Amino acid sequence: MSEIAAAIMGFAGGMVGGLLGVGGGVLFVPALVIFMDETQVRAEATSLLAIVPVAAVAVWRQLGYGNVRVRDGLIIGALSPIGVGIGVVTANEISQRALELIFAALALVVAAQLIVRALRPDGESPVDEGP
Amino acid sequence: MQRTPVATSRTLKLAAIGTAGGIFSGLLGVGGGSVIVPLLIIWLGYGAREATGTSMMAIVVIAAFAVTLQGIYGNVDPPNAALVGIPAIAGAFVGTALQQRIPERLIAVLFAVLLIVIAIELIVP
Repeated sequence: MSEIAAAIMGFAGGMVGGLLGVGGGVLFVPALVIFMDETQVRAEATSLLAIVPVAAVAVWRQLGYGNVRVRDGLIIGALSPIGVGIGVVTANEISQRALELIFAALALVVAAQLIVRALRPDGESPVDEGP
Repeated sequence: MQRTPVATSRTLKLAAIGTAGGIFSGLLGVGGGSVIVPLLIIWLGYGAREATGTSMMAIVVIAAFAVTLQGIYGNVDPPNAALVGIPAIAGAFVGTALQQRIPERLIAVLFAVLLIVIAIELIVP
């Protein structure tokens, strides 16, 4: 029964991921903690494994729709291992609660900026084209 | 090819977005998209659809690196990853198709709602 609930949340996570360009961890992690009794750290690590194929499928679909700037995506992806290294080591050393509160505060600030921007009458600013 | 200051600063911004996305991916187990998408929109002036597509490209690379490191710490549970990940692949087909049918501003607002949900999820113990 809890497996079915986790699978449903997995589907929802993939849908939110495809819709909003995130991997789906926002739903995978609670699904694994609540329904599969994983600890927070194990759930996060396991969620990352689920994200790899989900993101690959979403990229394939978005390439077809013409929504991927491959060069930019690869630069961001290639530079991220430095950040991932810092993040993983830190996550295993410092208080989980501090991490959660810091990220929550950042998320709220960014959400406010996105809403203000979307409500602006002149809409999206012109795209900064690469070379 | 002569690199213009604009192109250099743009590449530096992409590098900064990558590093920030990676840090949060490693810290919180999210793919980094919750950092990358808004930064591409706010900082580089991307449209919402292109921001999400490009974010996904980066996430494939970022999540693959992060899961390798978490594997070294012994934290990964493959059967449970399949349990949520296989239905999620079907969900990704639906989500990307749905995204093509809604306005870009709505995508940005929905993203803001997602960030608020993430914040609440993190604050409530």
